[in-house]
Amino acid sequence: MGFDQYHEPPDELPEQTRTFARLCSSLTEEAEAIGWYEQRLAIEKDPEALAVMADAVGEEYKHFSMDLEFLLRRTPKWRQIAEGVLFKPGDIVEHGEAAEAAADDDGDEDGDAPAAAAPSGGSLGIGSLRGEGM
Amino acid sequence: MSQSHLLREHAPITEAGWKLIDEEARERLLPGLATRRLVDFSGPLGWEHSATNVGRVERANVSELKGVEAKRRVVLPLIELRTPFTVSREELSAGDRGAEDVDFAELDAAALRIAEAENTSVFHAWPKAGIEGIASSSPHKPIARKKSFEDYPGCVARAVELLLRSGIAGPYGVALGREDYTSVVETAEHGGYPLLEHLREIVKGPLVWAPGVKGAVVLSMRGGDFSFESGEDLSVGYESHDANVVNLYIEESYSFRVLTPEAAVAITAPRAR
Repeated sequence: MGFDQYHEPPDELPEQTRTFARLCSSLTEEAEAIGWYEQRLAIEKDPEALAVMADAVGEEYKHFSMDLEFLLRRTPKWRQIAEGVLFKPGDIVEHGEAAEAAADDDGDEDGDAPAAAAPSGGSLGIGSLRGEGM
Repeated sequence: MSQSHLLREHAPITEAGWKLIDEEARERLLPGLATRRLVDFSGPLGWEHSATNVGRVERANVSELKGVEAKRRVVLPLIELRTPFTVSREELSAGDRGAEDVDFAELDAAALRIAEAENTSVFHAWPKAGIEGIASSSPHKPIARKKSFEDYPGCVARAVELLLRSGIAGPYGVALGREDYTSVVETAEHGGYPLLEHLREIVKGPLVWAPGVKGAVVLSMRGGDFSFESGEDLSVGYESHDANVVNLYIEESYSFRVLTPEAAVAITAPRAR
């Protein structure tokens, strides 16, 4: 409990990979919460309770979106595929296949991994080092 | 987003070679990147990101037509830093064979150069690039230390008190230029108590080696005072090659804004200008 987000021994993981894993866990939790609220809203009869929960699920949408944006910024290939899929009308699966193929064509074989852990596309994935020092 | 402008796929470098280069670059860059340890960092927003929104307009009316008002948005353009280095193809071949002592001397020097440039621009201003430095824009009079460094805790404490008096809360961090860093690390006060430990107790935040910084700068790390916006984060790209060497470079783009000039105090050497 508490360290379940790590699939590998945390001591062996770089700091930035641990951060990435935490945000992945957070993303999962937000998606679960959205699913739960969807079910609660579907059966609730009390209008006041409905209003409260409708407001609460908005928070979950926000949290999920922020988690996702963070992860996409750290993972160029994921971001590239997402850009080919998200906010587009039409066939989702077609967009997905096309976006994945385009990303593969770039020859970015390391792109599935977070930029911070396994730099892809030339970025060294350094980002913020805030608070680190002697 | 593809970073194809770096043209890495055109370099005569194997995947294993790129891995070695990227790992070496990261390892050599990290110690000197003081700015990123002390200020707010946002991004990376990509190579295509060209300017930071500052929320302002210039000139009330630039329209030449009657009845139409036009304002021009003011933005802060990102700057691009690029520093070249060369890697011997013979050394890269040795790396492919598993050599553990590949000569990356030029890469190491380039990493320090760009880290120093980042720190210099952020702490001491690059007016032509529109960057106001943390130290140069501070309204507080710099605190001059003594030559011996004996009074250094007093200087840092005075800086913190100055910030508190200005309503700037902590925690605080300190960017230590090369000379200050060396002296702080090697100095013990009367009684043998390490100066480093004493400073840490005063500021409650990180003490950072900051090549490129003159003297030292004490600044608040409460957030919202200093903003570093990354376009392309530090990356390694390919320039050209011949039979003997590959010419590469380290590159980044960013903007930097001082939002609260009074949130920092400089500590200068006694003979500073």
